[in-house]
Amino acid sequence: MESIEESVKIGLEVHTQLTSLKTKLFCNCPSDYRGREPNTLVCPVCLGLPGSLPVLNKKAVKYAIMAALALNCQISEEMIFFRKNYYYPDLPKNFQITQYDRAGGAPLAVNGYLYIEDQGYRKKIRISRVHLEEDPGRLVHVGPIDQSPYTLVDYNRSGVALLEIVTEPDLKSPKEARIFLQKLRNILEHLGIFDGSLEGSMRCDANISLAGGTRVEIKNITSFKEVERALNFEIIRQKGLVEKGITVKRETRHWDEIRRITVSLRTKEEEQDYRYFPEMDLAPILISKSFIEEVKAEMPELPEERIERFMKMYGLPKYDAEVLVSSKSLADFFEECIKLHDKPKEISNWMMSDLLRYLYENNIELYESKITPQKLVDMIRLIEEGVISGKIAKKILPEIIVSGKEPREIVKEKGLIKIMDEDLLNKLADEVFAENQKAVRDALIDDKAIHYLIGQLMRLTKGKADPNIANKIIREKIQKIREKELRKNA
Amino acid sequence: MKAPETMREKWIIKEEVERIAQLAHIELTEEEKEVFTEQFNRILEFFRKIDEVDTRSIPPMYHVLDIVNVYREDEVGETLPKEGVLENAPKKEEQFFKSPKIV
Repeated sequence: MESIEESVKIGLEVHTQLTSLKTKLFCNCPSDYRGREPNTLVCPVCLGLPGSLPVLNKKAVKYAIMAALALNCQISEEMIFFRKNYYYPDLPKNFQITQYDRAGGAPLAVNGYLYIEDQGYRKKIRISRVHLEEDPGRLVHVGPIDQSPYTLVDYNRSGVALLEIVTEPDLKSPKEARIFLQKLRNILEHLGIFDGSLEGSMRCDANISLAGGTRVEIKNITSFKEVERALNFEIIRQKGLVEKGITVKRETRHWDEIRRITVSLRTKEEEQDYRYFPEMDLAPILISKSFIEEVKAEMPELPEERIERFMKMYGLPKYDAEVLVSSKSLADFFEECIKLHDKPKEISNWMMSDLLRYLYENNIELYESKITPQKLVDMIRLIEEGVISGKIAKKILPEIIVSGKEPREIVKEKGLIKIMDEDLLNKLADEVFAENQKAVRDALIDDKAIHYLIGQLMRLTKGKADPNIANKIIREKIQKIREKELRKNA
Repeated sequence: MKAPETMREKWIIKEEVERIAQLAHIELTEEEKEVFTEQFNRILEFFRKIDEVDTRSIPPMYHVLDIVNVYREDEVGETLPKEGVLENAPKKEEQFFKSPKIV
């Protein structure tokens, strides 16, 4: 029998803001609402005042077509918008302008797919539709959502262009969901229509069912980091219910990011009834072949093409190219470094090993760190100039990442400059020999012990000794002892 | 004038009126529910008349005017002055609209 884990089916409904647009979807209010005073980027259209009329942003349609093409979708020849009616203060009109695939409506695009890779296997994730809609306003709850005494509303975000991307329930684990979202983000960022580093620019709802059970919808997953967490929680919750013999209810749950649990929101309310009908205030949109061709011609380089180019242009192995192009910021960072210092292999090695490991272990993204291409290159130059050893570089890299300090300064401040002074190293080696007499005797016949002594010298200098000189000095000293012994025995 | 019951088969019953009221977040008295049930049914009667026309060969019309592709360019325009935005808000707090607790 299939285990509960194997039976997991996850579908995602992803909302990404088209952050490169200057204005909202249906009015010319600025769309860069972050950090702005509440309700200052609004007009009669996005406040839903009577008599106002929406007019569609052409660039939004263009961007949406770009995304649909990159997601291998069929683009509709004609699309219309619908009103999705619901009474909730995040939209002042009491309806959201969106698209609908029933009642004769066609969303912007349908039937796409994306391949995801996980540990060597490739899997097709079907995309059922891609459409345009407006973002609701921002609700500020006083305290946790289910304990808030009242709600404050900021309509600056109301009307910002959103792309909704819906998958079939083809994802089999929370991890696959995360991989899918990362891949999606990477594509949208390469298209130049989306910046995932902006807070709340990608949000998603997930539906999940296990062991043939009922589908539960989880809303309010506000970043792609949270997706895996929310889904993992939900699997544990549902498994717990099944084990106790309780049936999983079909319901909508809310992901509480702070308490890291899902909470039931609409238990009493029946199934949603949005009473969709066509939005008569907007004229139908015909998407001509020539418009699609025009968009195609402007499509920037996509991740897959970039991986190929990295392999050809920089002579990187496929794996390295794939890791570096796994996010646009990482790939851009790499290419910035190359511009400053044409050593692709070196730069790739530092990024792939120490830099990425640090970011991963500390769960931060490149843009959240303080390191810049210039700083990484400066650090590599210090090694090349013989100022520091590779070992010291590994030590100072975390500090560069965290503080953004100049590598040269860190080295100076901490006195980490490589010790090249042979007299000094000779004296220190004498100390090492005095303290490790057994190892010295072993070293006369055993190379391993020589390495041990070199290690001790490096340790004594806190890694600052030039490894080549340290190696030379220790070996010379051992050789001298050997000769002395020989003479004594002769 | 009262039509025979067989002709006036009900399109909508009271429970549906209650459901619609719930979706619209309004409360109705028992009398109002009766009145609206009756009125909704009368409205739907008009639609039945329209239904008599065979429209199977006619594509649906989504817009009353014969226009398509009405676009605007992505250029920033004027927003409402800050003071004006909250002028008609029944409740506000600082620069926010204030709404009842939402769950």
